[in-house]
Amino acid sequence: MTAFLRRQAVPLLVLPALAAAPFLGFGDSFALTLLARAMILGMAAVSLSLLVGGAGLVSLGHAAMMGIGAYTVAALDAAGVTEGLVVLPTAVLAAALFALATGAVSLRTSGVHFIMITLAFGQMAFFTASSISTLGGDDGYTLFGRTELFGTRLLENRLGFHFLCLGLLALVWILCSALLESRFGRVLRAARENPQRVRAIGFSPYPYRLVAYVLAGAVAGLAGALLANATEFVSPAALSWSRSGELLFMVILGGMSHLYGAILGALAIVLLEEWLSHLLEYWRLAFGPLLVLSVLFLRDGLAGLPAAVLSRLPVGRATRRGGPERSGADA
Amino acid sequence: MREPLLELQGLHKSFGALTVTEDVSLTVMPGEIHAVIGPNGAGKTTLIHQIGGTLRPDRGRVLFAGRDVTALPMERRARLGLARSFQITSIVPGFSALENVALAVQARSGSSFRFFRPARGEAALNGQALEALATVGLEGRAGVPAGAMSHGEKRQLELAIALATKPRLLLLDEPLAGAGPEETGRLIGILRSLRERFGILLVEHDMGAVFALADRISVLVYGRVIVTGTAGEVREHPEVRRAYLGEDELA
Amino acid sequence: MSLSLVLVQLLNGAQFGVLLFLVAAGLTLVFGVMDFINLAHGVQYMLGAYVAASLGVWAGDFWLGLLMALPVTLLIGLALEWLVFRHLYQRDHLAQVLATFGVILTLDEAARAIWGSAPLNVPQPGGLPGGIEIMPGLIYPVYRLVIIGAGLLVALLLWFLVERTRAGMLIRAGASNAPMVSALGVDIRRLFTAVFAFGAMLAGFAGALASPVFAVAPGMGDNVLILAFVVIVIGGIGSIRGAFIAALLVGLLDTAGRALLPDLLRLVMDASSARQTGAAIASMLVYIVMAAILFFRPVGLFPGPRA
Repeated sequence: MTAFLRRQAVPLLVLPALAAAPFLGFGDSFALTLLARAMILGMAAVSLSLLVGGAGLVSLGHAAMMGIGAYTVAALDAAGVTEGLVVLPTAVLAAALFALATGAVSLRTSGVHFIMITLAFGQMAFFTASSISTLGGDDGYTLFGRTELFGTRLLENRLGFHFLCLGLLALVWILCSALLESRFGRVLRAARENPQRVRAIGFSPYPYRLVAYVLAGAVAGLAGALLANATEFVSPAALSWSRSGELLFMVILGGMSHLYGAILGALAIVLLEEWLSHLLEYWRLAFGPLLVLSVLFLRDGLAGLPAAVLSRLPVGRATRRGGPERSGADA
Repeated sequence: MREPLLELQGLHKSFGALTVTEDVSLTVMPGEIHAVIGPNGAGKTTLIHQIGGTLRPDRGRVLFAGRDVTALPMERRARLGLARSFQITSIVPGFSALENVALAVQARSGSSFRFFRPARGEAALNGQALEALATVGLEGRAGVPAGAMSHGEKRQLELAIALATKPRLLLLDEPLAGAGPEETGRLIGILRSLRERFGILLVEHDMGAVFALADRISVLVYGRVIVTGTAGEVREHPEVRRAYLGEDELA
Repeated sequence: MSLSLVLVQLLNGAQFGVLLFLVAAGLTLVFGVMDFINLAHGVQYMLGAYVAASLGVWAGDFWLGLLMALPVTLLIGLALEWLVFRHLYQRDHLAQVLATFGVILTLDEAARAIWGSAPLNVPQPGGLPGGIEIMPGLIYPVYRLVIIGAGLLVALLLWFLVERTRAGMLIRAGASNAPMVSALGVDIRRLFTAVFAFGAMLAGFAGALASPVFAVAPGMGDNVLILAFVVIVIGGIGSIRGAFIAALLVGLLDTAGRALLPDLLRLVMDASSARQTGAAIASMLVYIVMAAILFFRPVGLFPGPRA
């Protein structure tokens, strides 16, 4: 039990902190919107980390899955369907089906070619979304209202929405973590490290990777449906390659040794962007170098930060603070 | 007469103008260690790839336990009971030794599309994995990350992985390559203890080990089998002395 | 759909393809030879355009600005290599991706801080007749023909450098076996730096050439970068020849698709949906082609030494 606590100390601190945030001065609608955005992107980033860190599949088309989730909400909204029990499963299913179709093709390739073919499918989804005139085309679509739950307007309540996002984020993290430790995840991880060995004992990596790709797509679809609700607006930008890139950067910055790294990465990027853009006019002049420094000095990402700090400290109480490793994590 | 475990019938393979496997036919009987030797460039590795399923022959058939497996990929052959080790040790470096072997047990123990229960805690998998580790003398190293093991230990681990798949035939590509004298002795002992239980096709450069272990030896030169026979027969064969041992002395 | 329209689209496509090639050439060399993914390569394109435009205004002549942009982008490339990139060669691709993305953000923002967010006014290339009659009744801008010519010249020069010179031989050898080449006493580090700076300069050259034709604005390199990646993946990573053919293919497909598809679709649907669907499919065209090529030939058309 103590080993578990130590291993999962970071999420066990971060998730309660997110739960407490609304009551510690971050309860205004601006802060709640920001936090919801961070948690939703965190959810998508966790699913991407399952692919990148777990299965070794670097996708540059993950935003398409999110976007399809979001566009499902918009399409149903335009058709007058707003019941969450219909909307959310449909969004998840739509994203999963898209992942199944594109994954079946993409997984024939590997490495950089996999990155590029996922990008290609992402771009196809992006341009398709921009051409749907009934949903606003390039301009996007504003929802009539948030998705309902059991016919009630539960999600209109920002605090309720905050805890829905937090709960789903925690659930996604727990399920994905369990997945990586299961028989299935073991095959997936082994196939990342040494596909030849995995074949030689009788596994074909393809079906395992495809299932992982579909599951990650489904989670991203859920995140997309939530994002549409958070902003009450959907536009093709949600499917753009730069959004896919952003998710990937969250995963890398957070570190792939643990799935929760993706949550840290999402929080760090969303909050740091917000904070810096209030502070500075040309805030990316600070943000860009921070990313570079984090790569140069934080080999295992933010998730590796506690270990990196501990290993540099003399045994006992932490006396020294700061140092280059901390630069990216102060958000 | 017993049915051969593995039978190659007239295998041909060429890359462009270069013929690397020419009309190779040989058999491995159950319980037999059949070694394939030959000078560098004789096409031993290409042959292993065709038996293992990573390379398709241009012509000819590979029969495994009477079944034509020529068109099957490596993973399907593995499921039929053909286990292999690689010339360059192939393990999962980030896994512990135990988990490496447990994964191999898992491959033949029910579905691996199970998503929730931690695999690390499955006693049935771990028990059989420990058994395989004990067979190769690694029972004390179960928790060590495979990537951190010595070269010889990795060789032993790869054998344990192969054994854990409950194979009928072991396809071993230079299992002694790069091992020190002490490790070589240990590995030869392990291989000797495995005879009778499995058929073994052994490709090896260490002549001492080959002559000590093999029931039959096939000599491959320029992609062709020039002779198959016992150690004594092969040693006396004039063409072998000329083509192989002669070159060996010069080298 | 007249012949002259088709001809104009072909020339426009060739011009875009040639610019893509100039960007993709450096990208594919750096990727193929050094196994380094440099997302910031598109920034060099943007900087080339900005530097050429600013120096052109300062010198009062576009061509002087273009000429001066070459050493400046070369130096910027050297500086970035020294400051950031060389610390990333030993790291995995994902670390390279994140760090070079940080460089993009920084330099795009720097361009915004220095030159503003609005597209820059670029001096028009002087000393050229505005247009030339390439077919009876069809006038085509001479400068665009100059772009095509310059791109073809550089392609020829590159082919010569890589295939026929000692440096090129070392580059090809370094790509297939870097440790061996450095064991033979070649300073592989310096070779890499040279390749890198040269590639940066080519991208800068492309940006400078493009500056009178396309809008010069922050972030202009990002979409070019993505298309350049498409080009090197279709062509085969590390292959200059593949990059050249793929760049022309992508340039032609993209340009011709945008111009012709809506007209073609009007044959089967009404005008407004033809325009909309045509535009969407035209934008997707290069990606559809890339996905198809990767599906049937997962290593690209002309696999490079590492494939």
